Amino acid sequence: MNVDLRDLYQEVIIDHGRHPRNFRALKGATHTAEGFNPLCGDQLRIYLKLTDGLISDIAFQGSGCVISQASASLLTQAVKGQKPEQALALFDRVHALLTEGPNAQQTPPELGKLAVLAGVWEFPVRVKCATLAWHTLRSALAGEPQVSTE
Amino acid sequence: MSKLESSFQVLPKRLEARADYDVERVRQAFPILAESIYGKPLIYLDSAATSQKPQVVIDAMSRFFLKENANVHRGVHYLSVRATEAYDQARAKVQGFLNAEHVEDIVFVRGTTEAVNLVAQTYGKVHVQAGDEVLISAMEHHSNIVPWQMLCEQTGARLRVAPINDAGELQLAELERLIGPRTKLVAVAHVSNVLGTVNPIQRIVQLAHAWGARVLVDGAQAAPHLQVDVQALDCDFYALSGHKMYGPTGIGVLYGRRELLEAMPPYQGGGDMILSVSFEKTLYNKPPYRFEAGTPNMVGAIGLGAAIDFLAALGPKAIAAHEQGVLAYGQRALAAVPGLRLIGTAADKVGVLAFVLDGIHPHDIGTILDREGIAIRTGHHCAQPLLQRFGLAATARASLGCYSREQDIDALVAGLAKVQELFR
Repeated sequence: MNVDLRDLYQEVIIDHGRHPRNFRALKGATHTAEGFNPLCGDQLRIYLKLTDGLISDIAFQGSGCVISQASASLLTQAVKGQKPEQALALFDRVHALLTEGPNAQQTPPELGKLAVLAGVWEFPVRVKCATLAWHTLRSALAGEPQVSTE
Repeated sequence: MSKLESSFQVLPKRLEARADYDVERVRQAFPILAESIYGKPLIYLDSAATSQKPQVVIDAMSRFFLKENANVHRGVHYLSVRATEAYDQARAKVQGFLNAEHVEDIVFVRGTTEAVNLVAQTYGKVHVQAGDEVLISAMEHHSNIVPWQMLCEQTGARLRVAPINDAGELQLAELERLIGPRTKLVAVAHVSNVLGTVNPIQRIVQLAHAWGARVLVDGAQAAPHLQVDVQALDCDFYALSGHKMYGPTGIGVLYGRRELLEAMPPYQGGGDMILSVSFEKTLYNKPPYRFEAGTPNMVGAIGLGAAIDFLAALGPKAIAAHEQGVLAYGQRALAAVPGLRLIGTAADKVGVLAFVLDGIHPHDIGTILDREGIAIRTGHHCAQPLLQRFGLAATARASLGCYSREQDIDALVAGLAKVQELFR
């Protein structure tokens, strides 16, 4: 098997992509936004519930490639229980990882499982697949109903 | 008997026609096909997005820049006269290619998209009013949907959509029911860019003309695969793109029936489209120049003319017979891939194999095939409503050209096995 393809399609990504966690509509969501990737038709909606200044619950629904679904699934696990500003700081880290590559920064330990997204950097046409959920999260927190990766 | 079996019954005749078609020789005319991608031979299966260019087209364009470049319809000097001749000659080649009645029926545009917009914003603006209807089909490319939506928004007209069946064939009885006294324009693809379906244009034109409606045919996907005869089709407008038919990007054609073009207002204002200009009044030039404001894409037109010569030398019938053979082979080979579903199984189709794989998104298929040197298109192919009709957001699409081989299909099938292995 092609080595760099395995960098992209890591086991964790295929697992989360095919069996996404927190894949549901969220009743009582305080924030929601819809994201589109016009290039490939990917679409997802993120729901989150802010309780006492914390993201107490988060879920998503949508359709797209394994990268976009895995990124969204990993996102929901990563930001659950965080403050919005912590989630936004994580957005910046993940965005830098995807667009500048793992060597542009010391991959900080708090990226945890999200570090599996590092391989996407080598596939520039796929970066938008991975960032879609993160842009959608940022829009939801900012109260914007829709976002596009274009 | 299934559709696939019935298409195989006609194979022997087609194979006979293929005997004198030497695909390896055809491939030698396309320098890019010798390229390697990630160290693997290029398998180009994305001709419906854009075709590759033969050396003769590249040469014709570079010769123009090297030896003939000057502006057309302007100067009295030698080069300008030569450039004008070359540009006019290209228009005559398009006339011949489409079997248009007059050379003035051929308007050079940027591509099919501009041709459709031109008709919507000139003919449409004059003839379509509030309460009127524009009829399209469910298999249209966005470029044959959005310009009509814009026109309907501007005029208060209504956009109607003729449905298709599960095989991806237009439902003619429904289309007939939708055409009526309010229908002013019917805009339909000759060949679907996703399904490959060949639409019965002559019949659609008859139905539309019976109610006095005009018909625009989006021929972008038909021109590289079929022999097009606008007089036999009896259509009112026919649009095509140079780059889909082995010519360059940035050049396309709008064919229009002469009396319609003559009565249409200009599309854009500028040089070349006028007879005389004063600050009080401008007299517009006659067609086709009325619709070609500004310095035209001369080298594009010349490249398109060379592509038309190339197609004529190969022979449209021989190309079609060859491609039908590869298509039938591809349909059979892909149908045998476990978990694969072909989208678009019309009895009359050309050039395109769209498919989905169980549990694997087309975008992932495309990335993995890319690493094998195989170029396919993935996504919605600028036909989102069509994909919604099939309950899909995206498909993978392998599309064929005159240089496609059964080996390319074999490489695709082997690549799909690797995709499935990675996702096991």
